Amino acid sequence: MKSICFYFQVHQPFRLKNYRFFDIGRSHEYFDDIQNSWICKRVAEKCYLPTNKLMLDLIKSNNGRFRISYSISGVALDQFERFTPEVIDSFKALAETGCVEFLAETYNHSLASLKSKKEFISQVNMQKQRIESLFGLTPKVFRNTELIYSDHIADMVAEMGFEAQLTEGAKHILGWRSPNFAYNTSNNNGLKLLLKNFQLSDDIAFRFSQHSWEGFPLTTEKYVDWLNKVDNPDCINLFMDYETFGEHQWKETGIFEFMRNLPSRVLSHSDFSFKTPSELASELVPVGNIHVPYPISWADEERDLTAWLGNDLQDDSFEQLYELESRVLSIDDEALLRDWRKLQTSDHFYYMCTKWFSDGDVHKYFNHYDSPYDAYINYMNVLSDFRLRLDSLEQNLKKKPKNESNVNEG
Amino acid sequence: MFGWEFPPHITGGLGTACFGITKAMTQLGNHVIFVVPKTYGDEDGNYTKLVSASDVSIDLSQNLYKEFWDNISYIEINSKLIPYLGTDDYFNVINKGEKYVALEKNNIHSKKYEFSGKYGETLLEEVERYAMVAAKLAKDNDYDIIHAHDWLTYKAGVISKNISGKKLVIHVHATEFDRSGENINQMVYDIERFGMDNADHIVAVSDYTRNIIINRYGQSPEKVTTIHNGADSFVTNDYAIERTVKEKVVTFLGRITFQKGPDYFIEAASKVLKVYPNVRFVMAGSGDMLNRMVALVAKKRISKNFHFTGFLKVEDVNKMFALSDVYVMPSVSEPFGISPLEAMNSNVPVIISKQSGVSEVLKYAIKVDFWDTDAMADAIYGLLNYPALSKMFISKGRNEVESIRWEDTARRLNDLYNNLLR
Repeated sequence: MKSICFYFQVHQPFRLKNYRFFDIGRSHEYFDDIQNSWICKRVAEKCYLPTNKLMLDLIKSNNGRFRISYSISGVALDQFERFTPEVIDSFKALAETGCVEFLAETYNHSLASLKSKKEFISQVNMQKQRIESLFGLTPKVFRNTELIYSDHIADMVAEMGFEAQLTEGAKHILGWRSPNFAYNTSNNNGLKLLLKNFQLSDDIAFRFSQHSWEGFPLTTEKYVDWLNKVDNPDCINLFMDYETFGEHQWKETGIFEFMRNLPSRVLSHSDFSFKTPSELASELVPVGNIHVPYPISWADEERDLTAWLGNDLQDDSFEQLYELESRVLSIDDEALLRDWRKLQTSDHFYYMCTKWFSDGDVHKYFNHYDSPYDAYINYMNVLSDFRLRLDSLEQNLKKKPKNESNVNEG
Repeated sequence: MFGWEFPPHITGGLGTACFGITKAMTQLGNHVIFVVPKTYGDEDGNYTKLVSASDVSIDLSQNLYKEFWDNISYIEINSKLIPYLGTDDYFNVINKGEKYVALEKNNIHSKKYEFSGKYGETLLEEVERYAMVAAKLAKDNDYDIIHAHDWLTYKAGVISKNISGKKLVIHVHATEFDRSGENINQMVYDIERFGMDNADHIVAVSDYTRNIIINRYGQSPEKVTTIHNGADSFVTNDYAIERTVKEKVVTFLGRITFQKGPDYFIEAASKVLKVYPNVRFVMAGSGDMLNRMVALVAKKRISKNFHFTGFLKVEDVNKMFALSDVYVMPSVSEPFGISPLEAMNSNVPVIISKQSGVSEVLKYAIKVDFWDTDAMADAIYGLLNYPALSKMFISKGRNEVESIRWEDTARRLNDLYNNLLR
């Protein structure tokens, strides 16, 4: 039984506003509501709403044989609720079909898995609850921010009771092996791994409209031929940003027509069926173990973490943010905690990436700063103010009479 | 006088100096024709009157400057000359284009000095163009002496001299060695040298600069006179702003370029922070070394106590001074350096490098070698922790700034003129 597994990533960060040195200690508004709402509305109009409608049509017209999965970050859901509630409704409609699976991730699309187990688990649980309350479905499969994965992360994810995790079918960890099978983790902790077929995924996500690509123009017929030519797969995992549809690939490229015709073509001209990740997890028998001592991701040529961490700007700001963890958590202040978590969103560190030359185009597209240095200065200004807030809250706590803390302990 | 910027729009020390000199010169009864290349276009309409070569009409709404403007003609030339940029930077700016083009559109001046020819592609072509326009002005106007401020205007000065036969004074506010260290741009050097060789007399803003002119440009010492800048043209800055951080603030303010020594400031900051963490350092301004400085701060892991502001507008500069406890000017090479005077005028004690002209006139400032970051760190620590010291610097410093007067500069210039004309 051969399967195709679609998984779409839906994410929007809370972008920071232009926060100046003179704002430190004066303004605690860090996020650019105007820009965030504008982007949300634009992407909703170009991508989320039309694509959700298309997916709903496809599920209905194929009588449940077309099945897909999503991971929607909590911060994206928060913004949809505020700026474009109709997007939430359209996802609810998809959830009701029974053909759509929602995955778990960190609520803030953070890099917490690399730094703090405690914070990582908190954010995953927040996300699970959010999905349950919105869609009435309990996520059983996990995918980490940007498909970041390592043996260590796998252990934490298995401990939380997930059945499977998605990650990148990176060449340097697979070697001669194929991404088109399920695998075990390095220490057989029961978690199954589903690996992205980056060739066939990126044909759609990145190369679809590239005129210089030999596969151009990509038609549904051609693509299904390619699927059929894959040597004896258990599953072909097509993982991509949802914004591929209508935002990264504009509607004029024909991406919607391509997708509209794909399911029926696959069902009529191949032996493939569509499965969601948890269906694959219960069905497939792993063919081997994957060892990943150093974290991988789905980003850039290197498939490593260097888009977010590694240069001095990124490492310095990342360290300073997590240095505050125990202090933030020991103060019971909802607004403070919420801001601290919003500052964890990986995009902030992505903006500080200095390796502009190989994958610069993609980075530039997602970046509203003039330079990584601007991004760093802005982020650090915000962090300075955040630290002042933390200081003053701690001082207020000390001033309060003792009995209050005694009550909590008792 | 040939210059390149004029108040109220000032991008740096030169504009302040030209204003101070011109104002004081007119008060001594001189009439000044001031020629500037059109650079920014957003000068305040209250002050600026475009005066074309043949039409000296002055219509002022600000009485404050009335007397001053009565004795000055202000001529602007539509040119893209931009002060303080090297030829490479100029190329970048001009290629970016947008910002400056936009400013020109907003130009409030109704008339411009028209001339034939297209905009030059390079800074050096602009210098030539400016000189050509100067030649026309030289013919059309009546004057006794020609006075050219800094290298962009030297050719204009020399051409005017050749046409009119009047005496030429070259005023050196900075040399190519200040801007570029040892890696000088030979073409700029050649223009500077050409100006100095053809000048009847050279004015240097400090002994520091005078030495460079004598040693590096081969000028005879008798031909070069030091006349220090004044300092009394500042509006008193008592900007009130609430402090939001409890730590003391140490500020670097200026273009973040090689000449200003920003890296020595960071080095000193990191030394201070090792022993005394209750302080914040601020690097205000922008420049070609900014990104490298940001990376250096991140690398040294001192960003918790080290902030960047980016380019500051005039109002924000006042704000910045009001928030500062110590001002540091670690310039590698500074012909004069007006900003410490502004700091002192805002009640901020200053640390300045010995490689600056202003150190020749200031008593109430701590002077260190720019490369001696240990001494710089010591001085910062001392000013922050020993209130007696900083109090003395603040009160005496303000008086000192007030006593450094443009009148003195103008009087000495006047004597120099008279000697030349004799």
